Amino acid sequence: MRALPVGDRALLVELADGEETAAFHAELLRRRAAGVLPPVREIVPAARTVLLDGLDDAASFAAGLDGWRAEAPDARVPDTVELPVRYDGPDLAEVAALWGVPAEEVARIHSAAEFRVAFCGFAPGFGYLTGLPARYAVPRRPTPRTAVPPGSVALAGPYTGVYPRSSPGGWQLIGTTDTVLWDPARVPAALLAPGTRVRFVATAAGR
Amino acid sequence: MTDRAPGPVRRIFTGPQRLAPHLAALSESSEYGRAIHNADPPPCDAPPWPEPHGGTPGTGLPRPDPQRSAGQALAVVRSGALTTVQDLGRYGHAHLGVPRSGALDPPALRLVNRLVGNPEGAAALETTLDGCAVRPRRAVTAAVAGAPCPVLVDGRPAPWGAPVRVPAGALLEVGRVVSGVRSYVAFGGGVAVEPVLGSRSTDLLSGLGPAPLREGTVLPLGPATGRAAPVDGVPTQAPPAELVLRIRLGPRDDWFTSAALRTLATRVYRVSAASNRIGLRTEGPPLERAVSAELPSEGMVTGAVQVPPDGRPLVFLADHPTTGGYPVVAVVAERDLPAAAQAAPGTPVRFVAVRHRSSG
Repeated sequence: MRALPVGDRALLVELADGEETAAFHAELLRRRAAGVLPPVREIVPAARTVLLDGLDDAASFAAGLDGWRAEAPDARVPDTVELPVRYDGPDLAEVAALWGVPAEEVARIHSAAEFRVAFCGFAPGFGYLTGLPARYAVPRRPTPRTAVPPGSVALAGPYTGVYPRSSPGGWQLIGTTDTVLWDPARVPAALLAPGTRVRFVATAAGR
Repeated sequence: MTDRAPGPVRRIFTGPQRLAPHLAALSESSEYGRAIHNADPPPCDAPPWPEPHGGTPGTGLPRPDPQRSAGQALAVVRSGALTTVQDLGRYGHAHLGVPRSGALDPPALRLVNRLVGNPEGAAALETTLDGCAVRPRRAVTAAVAGAPCPVLVDGRPAPWGAPVRVPAGALLEVGRVVSGVRSYVAFGGGVAVEPVLGSRSTDLLSGLGPAPLREGTVLPLGPATGRAAPVDGVPTQAPPAELVLRIRLGPRDDWFTSAALRTLATRVYRVSAASNRIGLRTEGPPLERAVSAELPSEGMVTGAVQVPPDGRPLVFLADHPTTGGYPVVAVVAERDLPAAAQAAPGTPVRFVAVRHRSSG
């Protein structure tokens, strides 16, 4: 673990891998809930870092990190969000070819994995989900689409994502969900927040 | 801002709100308009300023009475190049991918609100270079500050930087800036659009909050509660000949050559016309990277000096993405960001590295 200063009031804590990042993020949330974390405006996890923005004294916070003990992952089983998916995406055949499996296997492989929201970004409520075995990583499409429909379940690199609303996008589209990922009028606004466990459930509807 | 981003990110800086010379063509901000219209009233977060009894949660303003709101509206007669509703922004949602947003020049927003007797964080209008014109349906106290500009009420000159009484049905014109970029226009009672995630700000990156103003847009006004400030006016500041941005190196300064760090700290850049609410783009000598690897996405702060593949540093402003994959060579001190928001295209920019007590 290494804490890098980001201006005067923020720290970027760098960790070895996604797993350590998840554990450190969970520890931060635990400490904040217990009221033992100094006031911080934003806690933003990402691929291998956690950003703490809006600290009164970033330097002393960084100094105090040395005393943090890496705790065992939370034994409580977190809630899992289930997302029903029609595996009917326009890039399904291409993904199957990249994986070296028949097209109908993509749904089985993808829906068998247990996902976790590593972090959010790109758009409100867009989560970067990890959980697919490394051998199933795929490249982005060479030419992004100008409009990806909302609810598109997509792959790029090691990540799975669901487009919360229509936007341009270059990820490989393998399916569609009708679940509303982002609704600022709802509590919580984002269905997929960092740390949330996710399962994709294959549905036949629309096939 | 990474190869892994699920959409192309370059579009952010080529959108219709860029500060191009021909501003008349920019008023139809349809790319953003489409995305913005579906924002519904949200649950509210902790209020960013103290809240009077019986107020609208999270806003510090009295709850608008729907029976009377039609009479408290403001009709947009001329939207200008880009005029948006802004308050102090939405905090606490960066981990969900929600930018902070809010006024690019917070001291100017606080000032216009004080002038009309509002809480400092009430929602006001932020214009871009060529102002706007509005017609309130009730008599209202307004104030214009930020970038200096002519102010007219029904064609007659009115003071800038002071409370101005606008009669019901009169036309308030906020003219083209004399210097700077963004003028702020506050109204007694504030612009009372429904807050989204605790803020009324328009976020151009993610489409939260009200759409940018268009001709014919009608905005609700809250009932005025405070008294206008008893001042004759506030001093204008002459625009600085150059924009000096104090920076602290890092977190990714080690991704750049020592020659690049020298270049950043010694050479003069210029504000690019491609700047917008998301970032202040610069033109000048590119910064050479020492590490060519791809940086995994990481959290971004306002003021981050990110270096995209073209090597030209860009300073993230209020609507910046919450995570990005290009290295941040340095971070601009928060107190210098309002000046960055007022620096017109072509303004020389110098980045000055400041030593810090913690880094020795």
